[in-house]
Amino acid sequence: MIEKNGIAAIELYKQEFPEDENTLLNPKAIIECYKEIPCNPCETSCPFDAIHIGEDINARPRIDFDKCTGCGICAYRCPGLAISIRALDKKSGKAEMKFPYEFIPRPTKGQMINIVDRGGQKLTQGKVLNVIDKPRQNKTALIHVEMDKKYLYDAATVEVII
Amino acid sequence: MQEKEVIIVGAGPAGLMAAYKILEAGAKVTIIDRNRNLGGQLIKQTHKFFGSEKQYASKRGIDIMNILIDNIKAYENHLEILNETSVVGMYKDKVIACLKGDTFFKLKGKTIIVATGASEKSIPFENNDLPGVYAAGAVQTLMNEYGVKPGDKVLMVGSGNIGLIVSYQLLQAGVKVEALVEAAPKISGYLVHASKIQRLGVDIKTSTSIKKAIGKDSVEKVEIWDLDPTWQGIEGSEQTLDVDTVCISVGLAPLTELMQQLGADVRYIKELGGNVPVIDARYQTTVKGVYACGDVVGIEEASSAMVEGKITGLNALEDLGYTVKDSRKALKAYYEELKFLREGPHASKVRSGYLKRGMLT
Amino acid sequence: MRIKKHPILDFESKEKVSFRFNGKTLHGVKGDTIASALHENGIKQLSESIHLKRPRGFYCAIGNCASCNMVVDGKPNVRTCITPLKEGMIVENQVGKGKV
Repeated sequence: MIEKNGIAAIELYKQEFPEDENTLLNPKAIIECYKEIPCNPCETSCPFDAIHIGEDINARPRIDFDKCTGCGICAYRCPGLAISIRALDKKSGKAEMKFPYEFIPRPTKGQMINIVDRGGQKLTQGKVLNVIDKPRQNKTALIHVEMDKKYLYDAATVEVII
Repeated sequence: MQEKEVIIVGAGPAGLMAAYKILEAGAKVTIIDRNRNLGGQLIKQTHKFFGSEKQYASKRGIDIMNILIDNIKAYENHLEILNETSVVGMYKDKVIACLKGDTFFKLKGKTIIVATGASEKSIPFENNDLPGVYAAGAVQTLMNEYGVKPGDKVLMVGSGNIGLIVSYQLLQAGVKVEALVEAAPKISGYLVHASKIQRLGVDIKTSTSIKKAIGKDSVEKVEIWDLDPTWQGIEGSEQTLDVDTVCISVGLAPLTELMQQLGADVRYIKELGGNVPVIDARYQTTVKGVYACGDVVGIEEASSAMVEGKITGLNALEDLGYTVKDSRKALKAYYEELKFLREGPHASKVRSGYLKRGMLT
Repeated sequence: MRIKKHPILDFESKEKVSFRFNGKTLHGVKGDTIASALHENGIKQLSESIHLKRPRGFYCAIGNCASCNMVVDGKPNVRTCITPLKEGMIVENQVGKGKV
């Protein structure tokens, strides 16, 4: 249970994905902010007005998937690193994920990498498609990985060897 | 003895914001801090902050610190910075005793703002005095301020925001966090912080505490154990972990010694972290002309400390006789900001603490 | 151990500062406090407790708890966690309450 160990169960995180999987044929932001905290950079940073929190900044963010383009700005602005951008490519049978990363060394484009779930357990090996690290991201890189589509929901981040 | 118009004790987020508002209005400020660098605890906050744009959300603590320092340095000609200076006494007639190196001197303030922040608490367990047992903030200081690795393998005790954030920062510094133990049955900090470290392999164990630290001259191992619903350790559930550092993150206590010495009323309010000065809605203590703001009036976050600093600055200016354009409007907006910062479920403790103090939120 | 590369912070190489600890010459860098320099050199025990003589190190590292008190250049009760390291300092473990 998330309040006991910080790990969201599938019943919880599936709710943040669009109901219709086909929506993910275009990249969309999946916001995993499960509790009310005073915070709203996701709302204020979205150039497409796709995220709504409102005047009471404690409200949980709500996303409009029709407006979301999966640009990734909210993913690197979120102070909780709670947002990832996910997409499905049915033709290739792959799922893609862009997620925030604040470690060095950065993974490199083309690298095969271990993808882990929300509990840090290894799921599969994926491929790094890109590492986006622009100055405006203020040292929160976005790692773009590709993996088998069956890991679309369960993937959380990549293994970091300390 | 010199009399200063405004003396601010503590150059953390609350003190710096109060200084900024007061300087902006043209008054003179003397700001005192025992550290070489200004910014208080912001200097080690490498993570992005929460809150709204008004509190610099999504900016890193260290960047916010630079903004606050730049704000006041724009008023160099009526700002006096006394750094590496400890305030060692504060007396009824608003005299402050200071120690800089080996030099002792006294200042008198027409207005004094105490923004001394807080200090880390500890918990009793066998061998909790061994070198290697550190407050989580101490570990953060070593890593982020001095670039020194605190150890190789850490046990984090406490799942409040500090424990969760420092665990993440330890990983970023290349230090293993073997586990995070929390005595309560639930995680007390933000769940997003907890999720962040779990997916990086840090095991969070609730209803678990440290039983003892083991080592000859410093920590070599620890024993952790499960707690029953009455928070008693369960015999037989002990587990030994190989760590060389134990971080204690069990809460902060306001640093109110100066207020007590001054003779300001101080009350024990558990929800606010311990002894806190009695203040009115304008952040004035029971000693006229002495105000207090930031963590010293109640443990919260840097975001609320900054807003409180602004409020206190404006109120102090009013009492000094300065007319600040749109002051009422600004104050109203700042009180609104505090209200939103304190409205969520995480702030319920703070809200009850404020009710106990009888102050308007 | 010094952190050389960090994902958020820049730790540029700084000028070395040498000091004496219990008869040995050690090195820190400009900007260190005495406690951070000692820690970097692997020294965690800074003094001993007054009555039971148990090993004692720092705790809060920001000048509040006085756990880090040592004798520096002959002066006792120096809070080493907030005292900047200076070239040639003589640092010793404090035994007892310290003589003024």
